[in-house]
Amino acid sequence: MALSGMRGLSVFISDVRNCQNKEQERLRVDKELGNIRTRFKNEKGLTPYEKKKYVWKMLYIYMLGYDVDFGHMEAVSLISAPKYPEKQVGYIVTSCLLNENHDFLRMVINTVRNDIIGRNETFQCLALTMVGNIGGREFAESLAPDVQRLLISSSCRPLVRKKAGLCLLRLYRKNADVVNIDGWSDRMAQLLDERDLGVLTSVMSLLVALVSSNTEAYWNCLPKCVKVLERLARNQDVPQEYTYYGIPSPWLQVKTMRALQYFPTVEDPNTRRSLFEVLQRILMGTDVVKNVNKNNASHAVLFEALALVMHLDAEKEMMSQCVALLGKFISVREPNIRYLGLENMTRMLLVADVQDIIKRHQAQIITSLKDPDISIRRRALDLLYAMCDITNAKDIVEELLQYLSTADFAMREELALKAAILAEKFAPDLSWYVDVNLQLIDKAGDFVSDDIWYRVVQFVTNNEDLQPYAAAKARDYLDKPALHETMVKVSAYILGEYSHLLARRPGCSPKEIFAILNDKLPTVSSATVAILLSTYAKILMHKQPPDPELQEQIWAIFRKYESYIDVEIQQRAVEYFALSRKGAALVDILAEMPKFPERQSSLLKKAEDTEVDTAEQSAIKLRSQQQMSNALVVTDQPPSSSSVPVSQPGPVKMPSQNMEGSSPDQAMTKVNGTVDKIDPEPAPSADLLGDLLGPLAIEGPPGTAVSEEQNPVSGLESPNSADALALSTLSEQSDSVQPIGNVADRFHALCLKDSGVLYEDPYIQIGLKAEWRAHHGRLVLFLGNKNTSPLVSVRAVVLPPAHLKLELSMVPETIPPRAQVQCPLEVVNLRASRDVAVLDFAYKFGTTAVDVKLRLPAVLNKFLQPISVSAEDFFPQWKSLSGPPLKLQEVVRGVKPMSIPEMANLFTNLQLAVTPGLDVNPNNLVASTTFFSESTRAMLCLVRVETDPSDRTQLRLTIASGEPALTFELKEFIKEYLVSVPTASPAPAPAAAPLQPQPPPIAAGLNDPGAMLAGLL
Amino acid sequence: MGIRFVLLVNKQGQTRLAQYYEYLTLDERRALEGEIVRKCLARTEHQCSFVEHRNYKVVYRRYASLFFLVGVDNDENELAILEFIHLLVETMDRHFGNVCELDIMFHLEKAHFMLEEMVMNGCIVETNKQNILAPIQLMDKAS
Repeated sequence: MALSGMRGLSVFISDVRNCQNKEQERLRVDKELGNIRTRFKNEKGLTPYEKKKYVWKMLYIYMLGYDVDFGHMEAVSLISAPKYPEKQVGYIVTSCLLNENHDFLRMVINTVRNDIIGRNETFQCLALTMVGNIGGREFAESLAPDVQRLLISSSCRPLVRKKAGLCLLRLYRKNADVVNIDGWSDRMAQLLDERDLGVLTSVMSLLVALVSSNTEAYWNCLPKCVKVLERLARNQDVPQEYTYYGIPSPWLQVKTMRALQYFPTVEDPNTRRSLFEVLQRILMGTDVVKNVNKNNASHAVLFEALALVMHLDAEKEMMSQCVALLGKFISVREPNIRYLGLENMTRMLLVADVQDIIKRHQAQIITSLKDPDISIRRRALDLLYAMCDITNAKDIVEELLQYLSTADFAMREELALKAAILAEKFAPDLSWYVDVNLQLIDKAGDFVSDDIWYRVVQFVTNNEDLQPYAAAKARDYLDKPALHETMVKVSAYILGEYSHLLARRPGCSPKEIFAILNDKLPTVSSATVAILLSTYAKILMHKQPPDPELQEQIWAIFRKYESYIDVEIQQRAVEYFALSRKGAALVDILAEMPKFPERQSSLLKKAEDTEVDTAEQSAIKLRSQQQMSNALVVTDQPPSSSSVPVSQPGPVKMPSQNMEGSSPDQAMTKVNGTVDKIDPEPAPSADLLGDLLGPLAIEGPPGTAVSEEQNPVSGLESPNSADALALSTLSEQSDSVQPIGNVADRFHALCLKDSGVLYEDPYIQIGLKAEWRAHHGRLVLFLGNKNTSPLVSVRAVVLPPAHLKLELSMVPETIPPRAQVQCPLEVVNLRASRDVAVLDFAYKFGTTAVDVKLRLPAVLNKFLQPISVSAEDFFPQWKSLSGPPLKLQEVVRGVKPMSIPEMANLFTNLQLAVTPGLDVNPNNLVASTTFFSESTRAMLCLVRVETDPSDRTQLRLTIASGEPALTFELKEFIKEYLVSVPTASPAPAPAAAPLQPQPPPIAAGLNDPGAMLAGLL
Repeated sequence: MGIRFVLLVNKQGQTRLAQYYEYLTLDERRALEGEIVRKCLARTEHQCSFVEHRNYKVVYRRYASLFFLVGVDNDENELAILEFIHLLVETMDRHFGNVCELDIMFHLEKAHFMLEEMVMNGCIVETNKQNILAPIQLMDKAS
């Protein structure tokens, strides 16, 4: 094959191409890199041809995504080669591999300069191109005058000058001083008279850069740009090679109109008239033609012309014409045009006063919000956001809310944020604002950032009229089943502050409010527990005279949390308890929160932060910034460039309930009870709107379920139970869809941790995240469609065993392509049992129907909470639970050998708190835990294991608890783990030791707790 | 800045040509290529040719097994870039005669030369096919 003329390169490329997998490719690449490295080391024998070949290989390898950390020197050195082919490779590969700060570049500055000022124009082109692509400050300082000279030289050919133009642009960006404005604007004007369209294209880009930072200086270029545009539009003096499907260089036309958008206005009447003539021709004369390329090219010009007309603030008539055109575009079938129609309408709103005309298209825009293409939906959302004002806010926000429940996963957060902002900016009345935000939290709690509910609290606090209404609304939401936790937070806060305003309504007495809030307590996270505690304190404070019964209930809770694991909650519990016993003084201490100082909405800030700076301020952005002020509603500080709000030492009375004494700005988050460390600042807000298209979280919750070392592989149930069940149902299906990874392994891993993958096959991944609190549990299933087509007929049914109450929320019938759906599952443990809940999950992908039965890791140990018991507490308990059925003992044989630390580790994973030292015999283990179920409530369980160091395959297990069934179930449960655990490392059992009879040696000494224990046994 | 990168990727997601006009580390490039390729390849013919990604836009076009992806600033004229892709393809066609993936793969250096003549520092520098191909023809003659 006469391929590239470099045989070695072709062979290598085809070798890589023939690799069957990534691993083979890596091996082949590594081999080649080794080869190149050796060849470069013995450089003496290398011909320029070989060097060239190796350098191309390096570039190819680099392109494939491998690190090439050597050979840069060889690439750079080719620049100095005397012959064109080598030099060319040197320049091109250098500009691909190195960045502008690389030290090697400095070494070739002189060579590059010599090429630029030399006589060989092909060398000039190469050098200018490289400097244009990667030249840094040093290049700017030493080369700019030469480059300028080339650009304006009359003896240079266009092919060199066009490169000089863009090279100068690079140098100017690196160091603006290299272009001396005084003399240069005249030069630019002259350059715009250029006949050659290549040079003109390059000069126009240079002009855009220059004019974007200094319009004043380049006024004289404006008429020249109009001339260029006229020349192109009338197709005068345009060589055939520069027309594209009959259109004179559409790219130059676009660039020229872009340059014109940097001039604030066109004052000279003649120039203005000429320009509008051209624009009018473009607006009227662009027809839809059959040829796609021609059509695109002419519409590229048309859209740029539209942008320019908008910018120039043309007469009302021409503007309406533009809007009419855009209105037509947003309803055509061609998706590109639809997208651009929406995008340009949004831009138009930023720069021109066309709100009213655009509103006529509202219905069509709302339809686009449901377009099958996410790019288009996103544009529609932006446009609706931009066109919203007080007259249509209600309609638009309601549309957004409605759309929220069906919107893509990737768009929901943006959608929620935008709806919240609009509700705030344009609320016709305040109660509507509250309604919208509570609906938002209710419908899309997972996508509502904390900022949103903080803002609601701020708003309600600052508007007295709103407080009773908000409290009533919050109370209503509490009646709903399956409330999102954010809703619990916001309701708790509002009711704590304002529920006394409702006291006379039915169902709103302090007692009732407390009762309904307290229902949520067992299932919420600690951040919310903290808020609830504050709310209880406030409820107590408002109930005057005190109600002894309520007081007792609340005090009991405070006391319960006094020893809670979370310090923040502990502190609150202790302090509220102490404070609430102060009687009437409480009213002063826990008085209502003062108003928040007005400040710019953090939501707006969030939305604004997504603005990104590009090298050139875009014309539209420059313009819109001048008109931005009306977009900020609640701002009381000058729009500063810094994104961090200045902390305002406003007249905020520190609420005495806030013990940490935080700054006023923090008061909001802290006093509200969001424990700071649990609730770090939301991720860099630029991400919020910026990267909604980012990688889908199909991977499910973090931490995948493969790596746990002590996965019990099998035998969690008796051999014929669910283990076999899951596998057997799968094997029936095996001809069609095979699961990825071992389903049983995944289940077992999830028994010991709370998030991971439950099931995966080529079409779907089911992730799981669980939270457990006492006898309640909340599992969230993440159903992620891995494909580009939807999964249909999705069905999930939970088959609960008798001891669990399970409630699975609605599972949608269809999972859209690449989307992830979350399905919460509420679990209540009624009593102890080792039975396992099964999820019957089915879906269809195309013609393939999949039905799997998956065990759910709502197993016994999930309802355990480790508790350390001291010797003083342990022994009386152990003694009082004497003998069967409360205390059961069994000698277990066939135990997987493991060392005591390994076993302790296993127990810890099972939520059993191992207490070292209680049993003096180092071969024994004592552990305790609390078991929660609806029937037993919290019940203490004690465990003792006596092992035989000489035979690790047997041990004696003793379990004690206050309930026979629990004792039995727990014993069997632990046994299963002991019998089945695969050893990570072989237990260091002395193989030769003789078998000894079971009972461990009994230690003497009555004061010794271990001995006592042994004695009791 | 205008054009940030030009990527040629086949149906399997393998990179066939990559030219960046802003410096990215290897890891950044790998991540970026992975993300946008996945996004663009998943789209259907009935969807538009623009994909928003992070703070820029990808304008893409498919030719048989090859995807041409061009990353641009958000305010770039999308259709102009879309047709610029076609111009690149036509230029390659003129040189190779009915260009295919293999031509680009095995003539990596020529593909680079062409692109280098058309885009410099993220700006379009030449749209005249004859001018674009002149240096390559010069080379061919020399060898």
